[in-house]
Amino acid sequence: MAEHASAAHTPSRKPYFLTCAFLLVMTLITYVVAKFDLGPLNDIVALGIAVLKATAVVLFFMHVRHSSKLTKLTVVSGFLWLAFMIFITLSDYWTRGWLDTFASGR
Amino acid sequence: MNSSDTTSAELALDRPSYLHDGYGWKSWLLTKDHKRIAILYLISITVFFAIGGIFAMLIRLELLTPEGDLVQAATYNRLFTMHGVIMVFLFLVPSIPATLGNFLVPLMIGAKDLAFPRINLISWYIYVLAGIFILWALIHGGVDTGWTFYTPFSTHYSNGYVVSTALGVFIAGFSSILTGLNFVVTIHRMRAPGMTWFRLPLFIWSHYATSLIMILGTPVIAVTLMMVAVERALNLGLFDPRLGGDPILFQHLFWFYSHPAVYIMVLPGMGVISELIAAFTRKRVFGYTVVAFSSMGIAVLGFLVWGHHLFVTGESVYAATVFSLLSMLVAVPSAIKVFNWTATLYEGSVSYETPMLYALGFIGLFTIGGLTGVMIATLGIDLHLHDTYFIIAHFHYVMVGGTIMAYMGGLHYWWPKMTGKLYPVFASRLSALLIFVGFNLTFFPQFILGYLGMPRRYWEYPPEFQVWNVLSTAGASVLGVGYLLPLCYFLYSLFYGKQAGANPWGAKGLEWATTSPPPTFNFDYPVVVDEEAYEYAPDARAVARQEAHSA
Amino acid sequence: MHSGGVSVSAGAGGHGHARLQHHFDDLEQQREASTLGMWVFLCTEILFFGGLFTTYVIYRQRFHGVFAQASRDLNVVWGGTNTAVLICSSLTMALAIWSAQINRRKLIVMFLLITMAFGLTFLGIKTVEYKEKFEHHLVPGPHFHYVCPPGEPCHPEQAEIFFSLYFCMTGLHALHMIVGVGLLSYLLLPSWQGRYTSEWHNPLECIGLYWHFVDIVWIFLFPLLYLIGAH
Repeated sequence: MAEHASAAHTPSRKPYFLTCAFLLVMTLITYVVAKFDLGPLNDIVALGIAVLKATAVVLFFMHVRHSSKLTKLTVVSGFLWLAFMIFITLSDYWTRGWLDTFASGR
Repeated sequence: MNSSDTTSAELALDRPSYLHDGYGWKSWLLTKDHKRIAILYLISITVFFAIGGIFAMLIRLELLTPEGDLVQAATYNRLFTMHGVIMVFLFLVPSIPATLGNFLVPLMIGAKDLAFPRINLISWYIYVLAGIFILWALIHGGVDTGWTFYTPFSTHYSNGYVVSTALGVFIAGFSSILTGLNFVVTIHRMRAPGMTWFRLPLFIWSHYATSLIMILGTPVIAVTLMMVAVERALNLGLFDPRLGGDPILFQHLFWFYSHPAVYIMVLPGMGVISELIAAFTRKRVFGYTVVAFSSMGIAVLGFLVWGHHLFVTGESVYAATVFSLLSMLVAVPSAIKVFNWTATLYEGSVSYETPMLYALGFIGLFTIGGLTGVMIATLGIDLHLHDTYFIIAHFHYVMVGGTIMAYMGGLHYWWPKMTGKLYPVFASRLSALLIFVGFNLTFFPQFILGYLGMPRRYWEYPPEFQVWNVLSTAGASVLGVGYLLPLCYFLYSLFYGKQAGANPWGAKGLEWATTSPPPTFNFDYPVVVDEEAYEYAPDARAVARQEAHSA
Repeated sequence: MHSGGVSVSAGAGGHGHARLQHHFDDLEQQREASTLGMWVFLCTEILFFGGLFTTYVIYRQRFHGVFAQASRDLNVVWGGTNTAVLICSSLTMALAIWSAQINRRKLIVMFLLITMAFGLTFLGIKTVEYKEKFEHHLVPGPHFHYVCPPGEPCHPEQAEIFFSLYFCMTGLHALHMIVGVGLLSYLLLPSWQGRYTSEWHNPLECIGLYWHFVDIVWIFLFPLLYLIGAH
C-alpha cells in the first residue's frame, strides 16, 4: 500500500531532496518562460510545467510511485473526473457560436 | 454462510444485542456502532420526510382549485422550494445509504463495523447541523428560489434566506461525502475472508457505485453553493450577467452534481430491489455479474449527461445533441437491471410477502419513470415538455416510485433484523397497496397535465386543468395515509410485535446468519465465506424441467 | 476457496499494538484503510477545488485579455516566494515521515515545527498581499475600483471577476493551509512522546498527504493567477 520501508533497511532521503530541487528549478523556469510572449503556447507551457511539478509531488512526496494499484486508480480517477467537468463544460462554450457561423456562412 | 452449520442464534445468548448494549441518551448520542448510527439516521430522516411531506400536502391542497385561494404566489414559491430542498438533500440522498446502508454494509460483508466508526458518527452530527441550518431558514420565512438555486435570482434578487439554506445544503453534502468515503474504504478493506468481489451481494455493489458518485460529485455542489453564498453576501458577479458573469456556468456546475445525485438516490434502491427479488423468488439474481457492472456503468455514465437540464437555457445545440445521446445511453444499464429482475422472477418460487409487493411496485413504477426519462432526453420533445408537470411526474416516478418504494421495501424486509420484531402482515400489505394506488393516482395525472401544457411552479392554473389536479390531490391523500400506516405499525411492533428470530424470511446473506437484532460487533464467530451470493437450493420444479430438457 | 478460519480476533494481529482499533484485524489492515480513506478524501478535495478551476477556465477563455491585464496587479515576487516556501515545506513534511521511519522522535518534532513555520510564512505573505489588494481597492464588492492601464481595452467588470476568482481560490487554499497547520500542531505532542515509530506512524502519513495536496493546488494556482500577464 504505502512506501515499502521496512525496519531492516533505512529508507533514503535522497529522492526527497532531488524532488525538492526539481520543483524549485521548475518554478524558476516557469517564471522565466512567462516573461516571453509565446502566443497561444503561453498557457500550455505554464500548465505543462505545473502538471510536471504536481506529478513529481504525487509520485515522490506522496509515495504513489510505490503505492498499490488501488491508490493509483484513486488519484487518476480524481483528476479524470475533474477533466470530465472542465472539458464537457467547455464543449458547450466552444460550440456556442457555431450555429450562427454556419447560418451566416450560407 | 458461516463456516459452522448452526446459525448463530443459539450460540451466544449471554451477550446483549446492540439495542441493549448500554442504555440512556449518552449510549446513543456518543455511539460508534454503525447499527445505532443507522437508527439515529432513521429517526432524523423520518422527521424530515414528515416535514417535506407536509409541504407536499400544502402544495396539493393549493392546487385543488384553479384560483390561488389557500396561499399566495410568494408563499407557494416557498412551499415548493422547501419541499424540494428538504426532500432531496435531507431525505432522498441520505435515505437508503445512511439508514439501511449504514446498518447492512458491514453485516453483509462480514465486518465488525465500518472502517471509520467515529467519522460515521460525525457524519450524522453534520447531517443534523445541516438540518438545523435549513430549519432555521424555514422558520424565518423560507426560500423561494426552487431547490435548484438558479442564479442570478438566488444571488441578487430573491429575498428569502438563500445563504443559510445554501450553507445547510453545503453542510449536508459533507455528511454524504463522509458516508460515501466510509463505504468505499469498508468495502475495499474490511471484507471477511472468502468474500470476494463477485460474492458480494448486489446491495453492496450498488452502494459502492453510489459512494463513488457521492465522493466525486458532492464536492462540486458544495463549492458551487459556496460561490452562490459568497456572491450573494459580497455582491460579486460570478454568475450575474449584469456584472459580466454567466448564469449558465452555474447551471453546469450545479447539474454536474445534481444529475448524478439522482443516481445517488436511485442506485441504493436498485440494490435493495436485487436483494428482495432474490429472497422472495428463492433464486440467484439472473445475470449477477451484469447487474453488478450495470451499477458501475450508471455511476460513470451518470456523470456525462448533466447537460440535458440545460436544453432550453442557451446551451450550444451541438453540446445539447451529445448530451441527448448520452442521456439515452444511460438508460441501457438501468434497463439491464429491470430485465434481469424480471428474468429472475421467471420460474422462481415467488412469494408475495410485503417487501416483495414493494419490489414489484418498484419495477413497474421505475420503468415508467425511466422510459419517460428517455422521452424527455429527446431534444425535440424536451422543448415542449420542459418545465411542465410532465417533468414533475417523471422524476417523482423515479424518486418516489423508485427510491421511496425501495426504501419502504427494504425497511419492511430488514425491520425484523434491525429490531428483532415482526410487524402485522395485513396492515403492511394494505399500506403497500395504498402507496402503490395513491402514488399512481397522484402522479399519473401530472403526466397528462404536463403534456397539455401546465407549467410547474405556479400557484394557479386555467380551470380546464382542474379535473386532473383534483385527481392528483385525492391521490396524494391516499399516499399520505399509506405512509402514516407503517409509522403506526412499526411503532406498534416495537412493543407488541412477535420475536422475529435470526432469519424470518429464510433468506441467504451474512446479515441473516447472525441474531436479530445483531450483537454490537455483529458476529459471535470468525466469519469465513465459502459460497456464492444468493446460493438458494434449486427449486424442485426448475430441476424437473431442466431434467426434462436434457432428457 | 477459504477452508480454514483465517479471520483473527481483534488484538491478536499487529502484536496487540496499543494503536489497533477494535474493529480491525491487524495494524496492516488499519493502516491500509486509513491511507485509502485519506486518498479518497483528497479525491473529493480535487473536485472541491475543481469547481473553482472550472469557473476559472471558462472565464479565462472568455475574457482572455482582461484576465492577463488584471493579473499584472498581482505581485509575482510574493507569489513566487510563496511557491518556493510551500515546496520547501513539502520537503520537510516528507522528512518528518522519514524521521518516523528511522525512529527518531526528536527529528520528527523538529521537521514538523519547520513545516509549520513554512506554512505560517506562507500565510504571512498571503496576508501582506491581501492587505495590498485591499488598499488598492481590488477586493471585489462595493468598494472595488479597477484602474485600467492606459491605452488598453477597459472592462472593469471582467477584471472584477478575475479578482473574485483570485480571492475565492487563494482564500479557499489559505483556509486549507490554516487547517493544515492546525493538524500539524495536533501531531506534535504524540510525536514528542514517541508514539510514531517505524512500525506505526499512520496519522503522520495521512496528514502529510493532505499537506502535499495543498501544495499541489498552489502549484496550479501560481501560474494561473500570477503568471498569465507577466510577458
